[in-house]
Amino acid sequence: MTQAQLQETANQPALIEEPGVRNWRDYFTFNTDHKVIGIQYLVTTFVFYCIGGVLADLVRTELKTPEVDFVSREVYNSLFTLHGTIMIFLWVVPAGVGFGNYLIPLMIGARDMAFPRLNALAFWIIPPAGLLLIASLLVDAPDAGWTSYPPLSLTTGQIGQSAWIFCLLLLGTSSILGALNFMVTILKMRTPGMTVHQMPLFCWSMFATSALVLLTTPVLAGVLILLAFDLLAGTMFFNPTGGGNPVVYQHMFWFYSHPAVYIMILPFFGAISDIISVHSRKPLFGYKAVAYSSLAISFLGTIVWAHHMFTSGTPGWLRMFFMITTMIISVPTGIKIFSWLATLWGGKLRLNSALLFAMSFVGMFVIGGITGVMVAAVPFDIHVHDTYFIVAHIHYVLFGGSVLGIYAAIYHWFPKMTGRMLNEFWGKVHCALTFVGLNLTFMPMHALGMMGMNRRISEYDPKFESLNFLCTMGSYLLAVSTFPFIINAIWSWMYGPKAGNNPWDALTLEWMTTSPPAIENFDELPVLATGPYDYGMSNRNTEVDVPLADEREPVLAAGPSSVLRAEPDPNVAANPEDRK
Amino acid sequence: MNIPSSIWTLLIGIALTLVSLWYGQNNHLLPTAATDEAVLVDGLFNAMMTVSVGIFLLVEGILIYCAFKYRRRPGDNSDGPPVFGNVPLEALWTLIPAIIVIGISVYSFDVYNEMGGFNPHDVHEPPVAQKPMKMPGSAIAATLSDTPPSTAPNLNQQKSEEARLDPATASVRNDDQIPQQRNAPGVGVVAPTIGSSPDKQGKPPGLAVNVTAMQFAWIFTYPDTGVVSSELHVPVGREVMVNMTANDVIHAFWVPEFRLKQDAIPGMQSEIRFTPRIMGTYPLICAELCGPYHGAMNTKVIVETPEAYNQWIQEQQVASIEELNQAVAVKPADLSPTEFLAPYTSNLGIQPEILKQIHTNHH
Amino acid sequence: MQSQIIDPAKTDLNHHHTAEETASHHEEHPDHRIFGLILFLVAEGMIFMGMFGAYLAFRALLPVWPPAGTPELELLLPSVNTTLLISSSFVMHNADTAIKKNDVSGMRTWLGITAAMGIIFLCGQLYEYSNLEFGLTTNLFASSFYVLTGFHGLHVFIGVTAILAVLWRSRTSGHYSNEKHFGVEAAEIYWHFVDVVWIILFGLLYIL
Ligand code: HEA
Ligand code: HEA
Ligand code: CUA
Ligand SMILES: [Cu+2]
Repeated sequence: MTQAQLQETANQPALIEEPGVRNWRDYFTFNTDHKVIGIQYLVTTFVFYCIGGVLADLVRTELKTPEVDFVSREVYNSLFTLHGTIMIFLWVVPAGVGFGNYLIPLMIGARDMAFPRLNALAFWIIPPAGLLLIASLLVDAPDAGWTSYPPLSLTTGQIGQSAWIFCLLLLGTSSILGALNFMVTILKMRTPGMTVHQMPLFCWSMFATSALVLLTTPVLAGVLILLAFDLLAGTMFFNPTGGGNPVVYQHMFWFYSHPAVYIMILPFFGAISDIISVHSRKPLFGYKAVAYSSLAISFLGTIVWAHHMFTSGTPGWLRMFFMITTMIISVPTGIKIFSWLATLWGGKLRLNSALLFAMSFVGMFVIGGITGVMVAAVPFDIHVHDTYFIVAHIHYVLFGGSVLGIYAAIYHWFPKMTGRMLNEFWGKVHCALTFVGLNLTFMPMHALGMMGMNRRISEYDPKFESLNFLCTMGSYLLAVSTFPFIINAIWSWMYGPKAGNNPWDALTLEWMTTSPPAIENFDELPVLATGPYDYGMSNRNTEVDVPLADEREPVLAAGPSSVLRAEPDPNVAANPEDRK
Repeated sequence: MNIPSSIWTLLIGIALTLVSLWYGQNNHLLPTAATDEAVLVDGLFNAMMTVSVGIFLLVEGILIYCAFKYRRRPGDNSDGPPVFGNVPLEALWTLIPAIIVIGISVYSFDVYNEMGGFNPHDVHEPPVAQKPMKMPGSAIAATLSDTPPSTAPNLNQQKSEEARLDPATASVRNDDQIPQQRNAPGVGVVAPTIGSSPDKQGKPPGLAVNVTAMQFAWIFTYPDTGVVSSELHVPVGREVMVNMTANDVIHAFWVPEFRLKQDAIPGMQSEIRFTPRIMGTYPLICAELCGPYHGAMNTKVIVETPEAYNQWIQEQQVASIEELNQAVAVKPADLSPTEFLAPYTSNLGIQPEILKQIHTNHH
Repeated sequence: MQSQIIDPAKTDLNHHHTAEETASHHEEHPDHRIFGLILFLVAEGMIFMGMFGAYLAFRALLPVWPPAGTPELELLLPSVNTTLLISSSFVMHNADTAIKKNDVSGMRTWLGITAAMGIIFLCGQLYEYSNLEFGLTTNLFASSFYVLTGFHGLHVFIGVTAILAVLWRSRTSGHYSNEKHFGVEAAEIYWHFVDVVWIILFGLLYIL
């Protein structure tokens, strides 16, 4: 028997034979099932992604030529403001919550989230908030950038800016409620045989994410409340003419918004860990190191915010402090990257769309991460701050990272969510087009920024025209690349081949139920007869060739006795050696 | 590990290093380095680029190698080897990046120090509490029992007043109507400064220029000569000190060829110093979103020979005397900012009507 | 794979998981709600922390603080108010002790007193507002004062509402008992939170 079969056999009692097929109407109601809510999140946020993407392509169309010829300057500012806000607050952040909702209870063997009604409430806050933001486009759109720095944000349109503030307050509330739910669920609702050191890495990263959300999102709420008073009641918190200080706004804003970038990447770090391990048929290299590096990133992520403010009057010593802490973040991130590479190394890679997206994720995120370290260096950041170099950085981490991560996760868990397989051919076409489009769009921006093109401008020096033209063509390619996916997803959802319970021969508990999972997930409590990443254990006795390893010492071992391994539940372990 | 594979590793390692070193030095990604500071920044950038190319090639190389070497062959349904991790390896790839980033940090620190990041107000550091600054409202505050007014000098206030001694600067700025923030390094806000590089410390700057940013124009005033201009002219080889502030919203002073960027924030006086080393005409760009015409808020920096610079100053002085004669009838103080600014903004491609419309728009 | 056979006795029906664990798996466990509430209050606390941080920064950055023309704050009423709010925390605790002893009427009394104290605090606050010589937009101190105390007052109001809701529900006999009193406990924790925030706020605005 393979490991997957062992795990499935052991979980026979937990399996409910009846797949939980839902009526489509359920998805439009205040349903408290975490799986319904998960899908609601994912579909809603994807719609917002398309809207945000269309705005991005409008931005790119304007930038195709150096002149202001497509939209007016005011509209241009609204376009990128809404693009940034939508992509961040209505797409990547809630998409992570969507996967968390769908997967966490399944992965930890629970029947639902800790607070199902709160969960539904958190979701239903999002559509009205998004509509509010988009509706403002028709009246008087916000146009001070997604960062809305005062005093500028106090002098442009009042209606649009207040719509932006209220939208973000709502989304912040939703995100706090979601995070609270995840924390409680992960800490309190695991199936009794699962300790924290046996949770799938996605759960670890959602835990790290939720901690960040709980501690930092409220500060954003605080600063937005103050900004709203400035805007609507005429107070002077951030208005220099009355003694207020705009830099204080920046500190408070980045105290949230820097951690927010980790809120946007950590869930996908977790998902990628799971995906790479399953599809390369090897245990995740250094499980515990990868798990704790998420916590390290969370912690470090809260003490680096001022690296966005190196040119706005931050004292020298503080710049140095923030520079060093920022750079240190590459250490835990490096642990992840190298552990993924080591997982791939020597595996039996099933190069399907999920793994291809996951590998592209690693390759592209590294580029964004490295440019991140470069801009963390104060003298260099002084040059490239607020230029297209930063735009390149954010898209390599956010598109090359988060968005590719989302796609990888969709290709991986789609069979579980819908009970049907996605089409592999079109999946690969999607992956290839996205990969090319992404590099074509965002690679030239590095050069543009260094040569002197600043961001948030609708007109630029004609000498940058050719590179901008490339970017624009790339962005059209990205738009095109989305269609194979959309069509594939809709078609496969309805007519795709049946997936079966565990199409990938995976070991984590979400695969130990039917596809789509039964209404209450499990009948009995599921168990971990093998560890969540125990792939390849059938040839347990094969010599593993790892440099620096010594099987006799547990600390140096690389095989199943490694201290870094996630072990099965010793009470039910299928392998006698794992029983205690 | 058998011998051939370790030789391969070595060869690949050497190739990787060579490629990184070569690209690090020959990337030509940055424009001319027109100041002494820019040269330092470029050195740092090239070093980082070397390391980055190395890491990039390593990671992408492994990914591509794995995709080919370890792809599943048709019919093979077995799993890979059960390798679960290895503490020494994890330690290795924790330690090496840590050492690299500490190295980059130290290098950046050094460059920043050389640029003068830590020596802000060396020249006119006032003797503390010798002459307490006049602060608006301090008299009233003194009557309050609980908080005695702080006697620490307010650097922003001081610089603002200093700059206002020049009538031309005073006429384009409104910082007397904006309470000047106090310097408070403890809470992370100071009058932003990049001081003189250590070797020029203690010497007064060769040339002081006051810069005023407003929607959507840069106004340069030369306190030594009373010149007002919409372009920045500086002589080559002399240290220039720029004192800037903004009238309305945040703007940022950026000259790509100088590798220098500094926000101009209303209520604060930012000071930066640089020493131009290559003559030429460079763009001066507003780098902080400041409204619809943010993208048009550009002008030129002209680095020229001292002779050409002096000649330009003289021409400007003649011009401004003519203007002054005209202005006898209309006192500058009676002019609205828009009218006053019109001669300077017109050559930025911004119509006075737009300025006017924008100035009346807010508030 | 030869040597590895699943021990049916072991994997069968999750032998080591007791029935109780399985049962608690089904419904919302009250413990989780308290934990959830505490996490929520951590988040709430961070909003206040953010605002306090901003306040301290404004204080440190304006040349004169409080800005010129700020009349001195009257200390008597706020001190009385503070004492009232702090003591209400102890009163509230009595309600919790009472319900743990299954003394519903005792709990109701204590809750009633707490709510009354909270309402008096709010009235005191409103009275103070109406007698201040500065308005919301007078200067930075005034704005901070109103926004911070107002935001806290909102929390007091929510706390009072929660207490009144508990009181209302406790009319049905058996709604709360020594075993089942999540509502009382939650209201108490919330009330303590509101109290602690006030102490910091009072220190920042009136004393410092
Ligand atoms: C998913 C989102 C995401 C992520 C993960 C990151 C990750 C990082 N970011 Fe980024 N960042 C953004 C999103 C993100 N960022 C956004 C949106 C902005 C702009 C906001 C705006 O102004 O609009 C921004 C801006 C931004 C700035 C401000 C620039 C400016 O405006 O002037 C800085 C400066 O320090 C920075 C740094 C970093 C660093 C050091 C990391 C690190 O976490 C990266 C760590 C990863 C690696 C380093 C790669 C893997 C590691 C190895 C292979 C090990 C070996 C490596 C080394 C030894 C170097 N980012
Ligand atoms: C997750 C975050 C995210 C993502 C995914 C993207 C995706 C893209 N971004 Fe975005 N971007 C940001 C976050 C993101 N961006 C942020 C935070 C900023 C800063 C904003 C600011 O300065 O305030 C920014 C700024 C920004 C700029 C700089 C604007 C400026 O400074 O002036 C540009 C310019 O090229 C750009 C381009 C793009 C492009 C071409 C894509 C493409 O990848 C988009 C591809 C996707 C599509 C094209 C959608 C495809 C779908 C369809 C076409 C389907 C049609 C519709 C239906 C069937 C309903 N972005
Ligand atoms: Cu001024 Cu942008
Ligand atoms: Cu950041």
